[in-house]
Amino acid sequence: MAMIDLANPTRFRTLAETLLPWLAAATVVAFGFGLERAYLAPDDYQQGATVKIMFLHVPSAWLSMMAWGLMSVAALGTLVWRHPLADVAAKAAAPLGAAFTLLCLVTGSLWGRPMWGTYWVWDARLTSELVLFLMYLGVLAVWRTIDDPTRAARAAAVLTLVGAIDLPIIKFSVDWWNTLHQPASVFRIGGSTIDASLLVPLFVMAIAFTLLFFTLHLAAMCNEILRRRVRTLMMLQAQAAGGH
Amino acid sequence: MTALAALFVRDLRLAIRVGGGALIGVLFFLIVVTLVPFAIGPDLALLAQVGPAILWLGALLASLLTLDRLLAIDHEDGSLDLILTAPIALEATVAVKAIAHWLTTGLPLVVATPLLGLLLNLEPQATGAVALTLLVGTPALTFLGLVGAAVTVALRRGGLLVAVLVLPLTVPVLIFGVAASNAAIVGPLRFGTPFTILGGVALMSIVVGTFATAAALRHAAD
Repeated sequence: MAMIDLANPTRFRTLAETLLPWLAAATVVAFGFGLERAYLAPDDYQQGATVKIMFLHVPSAWLSMMAWGLMSVAALGTLVWRHPLADVAAKAAAPLGAAFTLLCLVTGSLWGRPMWGTYWVWDARLTSELVLFLMYLGVLAVWRTIDDPTRAARAAAVLTLVGAIDLPIIKFSVDWWNTLHQPASVFRIGGSTIDASLLVPLFVMAIAFTLLFFTLHLAAMCNEILRRRVRTLMMLQAQAAGGH
Repeated sequence: MTALAALFVRDLRLAIRVGGGALIGVLFFLIVVTLVPFAIGPDLALLAQVGPAILWLGALLASLLTLDRLLAIDHEDGSLDLILTAPIALEATVAVKAIAHWLTTGLPLVVATPLLGLLLNLEPQATGAVALTLLVGTPALTFLGLVGAAVTVALRRGGLLVAVLVLPLTVPVLIFGVAASNAAIVGPLRFGTPFTILGGVALMSIVVGTFATAAALRHAAD
């Protein structure tokens, strides 16, 4: 029932605009708390202060995967249920997912330099994250190249779902490929479980990042609805100008 | 059934007679393999070591080469609309088109592999292993590539976009194809392990590719 109510873009926007300030405030509070925790967290006995890159790196990795999951659900919404807001949600999530994937790759690379002595290794996780980033760029390219929004939405939806099926296979094969080439040695960071003093800030930062994602996503959805409205108005105007 | 057979024969004829898609693919494959020694040097030992990888990369690029036009041409001259309105399951049509494409693009690559293996200083056994993995792997490339072709069917310039969309999806096929070839040549793994997984990935790609292509075409039409 709620999903049907939300199908009306105007009603969705009213709801989103009342929600947005609260979400934004919650994001700021969570970040304030999380960053303070991260700042006060003890340095790792081996990695020193660089371990704190983890508080940015791990939440972005988690969001890079969650965004694709959200896009897949939205893709089902587009293809199966024909929900009018599903393609808006999918389109708004794609650049965010790509951005968090890039953030994950960049922070990982900056962390890798002091720890492994190199910016990039063909480690299984890094490689699958890179392939995920390439697939985000592909989806973005589809959104950009097909100018009709409904048609672009369907093409992107098919692509997203194929990706959702293929991504676990890619992950599995890259893991297999990497263990074949070099057995896990340096890449088992620490090798043991993470201490609670680091786990709490990590958890808070993950919540903060997720809140940030949803704030940006909701705002991007509102923008996309307005953008489509402008597009329709301009087309009507052009039609009226040409018709008379 | 006769409609599908007619479509199959039509696609085969188009690929062989018009534009020479089949031969162009093999020619491209040959050129890629010829260029490699210029890039990495004529060291025969090194060439034998990277040979399977080069053959696989060449086949991957060659099978993508003819894909972007496969559906776009039908879309431009209107025959795709006729195919879509025909009273046949679209999935069957897609499968027939894919098989025709593989017979004219993928299979010639497999046939050309023994010759190209000689150029790369591969042992007969190694060449056989690469040819066998290509035989199993190239159908997956065709079916996955068809998804990209269907997604970009209405675009005037879809060529590079198809490659960008499809190549990340082919990572598993490439990994297990090259791994099986290498397993046959240097070991230590048994050839069967990666080869069976390659077969599984290929079958999976055929199923996913057929249904995703049909879905994309159906939604592009209305």
